[in-house]
Amino acid sequence: MTPAMSEGDVQMSSLSAGGNQDSNSTTSVVELKVQEGLPKYFFLAAASTSLLVMALIMIFLFREGLAIFGKVNPVSFFFGKAWYPTYDPPEFGILALIVGSVSVTLFSSLVAIPLGVGTALYLSVLAGPTVREYVKAAVELLASLPSVVLGFLGMVVIAPAMQQILDVPTGLNIVSASIVLAIMAIPTITSISEDALYAVPRDNLEASYALGATRWETMSRILVPGALSGIGTAVILGMSRAMGETMVVLMVAGGAAQIPSSLFDSVRPMPASIAAEMGEAPFGGEHYHALFAIGIVLFLMTLIFNLVATYISNRFQQKGASTL
Amino acid sequence: MTKGGIFPAIIGTFYLTIGSSLIALPLGVASAIYLSEYAREGWLLRLIRLGIQNLAGVPSVVFGLYGLALFVVFLGFGVSILAGSLTLGFLILPTVIGASEEAFRQVPSTFREASLALGATKFQTICRVVLPSAMPGVLTGSILGIGRAAGETAPIMFTAATFYTKHLPTSPLDQVMALPYHIYVLATSGTHIDQTRPLQYGTVLVLISLVLGINIFAIIIRTRMRRKKTW
Repeated sequence: MTPAMSEGDVQMSSLSAGGNQDSNSTTSVVELKVQEGLPKYFFLAAASTSLLVMALIMIFLFREGLAIFGKVNPVSFFFGKAWYPTYDPPEFGILALIVGSVSVTLFSSLVAIPLGVGTALYLSVLAGPTVREYVKAAVELLASLPSVVLGFLGMVVIAPAMQQILDVPTGLNIVSASIVLAIMAIPTITSISEDALYAVPRDNLEASYALGATRWETMSRILVPGALSGIGTAVILGMSRAMGETMVVLMVAGGAAQIPSSLFDSVRPMPASIAAEMGEAPFGGEHYHALFAIGIVLFLMTLIFNLVATYISNRFQQKGASTL
Repeated sequence: MTKGGIFPAIIGTFYLTIGSSLIALPLGVASAIYLSEYAREGWLLRLIRLGIQNLAGVPSVVFGLYGLALFVVFLGFGVSILAGSLTLGFLILPTVIGASEEAFRQVPSTFREASLALGATKFQTICRVVLPSAMPGVLTGSILGIGRAAGETAPIMFTAATFYTKHLPTSPLDQVMALPYHIYVLATSGTHIDQTRPLQYGTVLVLISLVLGINIFAIIIRTRMRRKKTW
């Protein structure tokens, strides 16, 4: 509790006490303090559950995951190329899984960034009010589609089509998985970018128009640079979402634990490995602990993405025209 | 599996959705009240916000691992509706908090000032003025979160869902079938994947109708409220 907060409490109670003294002189300041204080701590406790859950996630991930390092040395865990958890003796090298995750994340952001940011620019600069309303609703509905549904469509529509058209050995590969992941990341990127574009002061845009700049010049030289930190946040959060997404990569990425040599190779990203194998991993065994250790890696990677995004959006927050 | 209906899966998804909203709604709304009505700038508020933001970014499969380790194994709930609802509930908590906080912030401060000026305590003001005014917004946002819970697969794979059970659940400690997990299993590991294709499409259609129905419902409420709002 900071000093400022407790000061505020006292002020608030004495204010209410002052207001109540005439009508109800039996209510003492102490009672009022209880009446005001108890709800506050109740709501504070509720708000703290998110922190608590975050802490519990870390505690239980590490408790179950770190056990693997008693049996497998960390270097061969992180840099081993062979993931054969059910062989005898088993091999737990997750490099191929990490490379799988990174490849689908990067390739999907190549698709999602232009589409997502482009949609946001269209919505904030060019679209009329009616079109805007409908496109926004569509983006929102896209965000609400369950991942298993998109995974299913990727599996039965995109993958076979790609296999036929491009004549590749399997349609379940990095490219198909990335396309579906991009569809999932676009709503995140669009909505956060759009907020950032709106935060750019109108004055700046009007000044630019007044100087005779065209709409395109204003957009590319005033609007986008002004919203760059917000767009950066949007892109990072979209990538974080793609990296953590499970069902799509489980169903569409092909599932081969190998280091890919082309974009049309199958991969087995980390979430896919956890989801596919947890059901058959004997409880408390090495495989079980190894999957939790993959969970730690995945958790830390997305956590870093999110912290960077938070940092950027706090650090470069637009606080009015003067900071530009 | 080429025969039989998906009623058990629909019921399972229904129970999981209800269970997760029972957890996420009260906690989420209470958190949002703290954030918008009580919290002051400072390290505590920054810490709580950091927790919520990062909770929102935790991958769904990691939530599954957390649910498995904490609820299924450590607390001994087993693979059950209870464990699945808790996992899903915390997954959608940040969504509910975000939507509710925004709804509270949109209530004009003059409403609060008028209530306080009449001698109401802060708690009375929140219960009788802020909460009712913000309710439509809170509900809309929460419904969007609930729609997400209905469609999630990875968090319930290890905590609640089973591929096949003949029985409808009779207690919160029973396993259930669930629509999203059913789609996944039918599409990937059935013995007659081609024969069950129509069943897969049918199940997907039911799930999409359910989730989009929930969302469109929320969007319609919100659009109406926006038009009605006079402040």
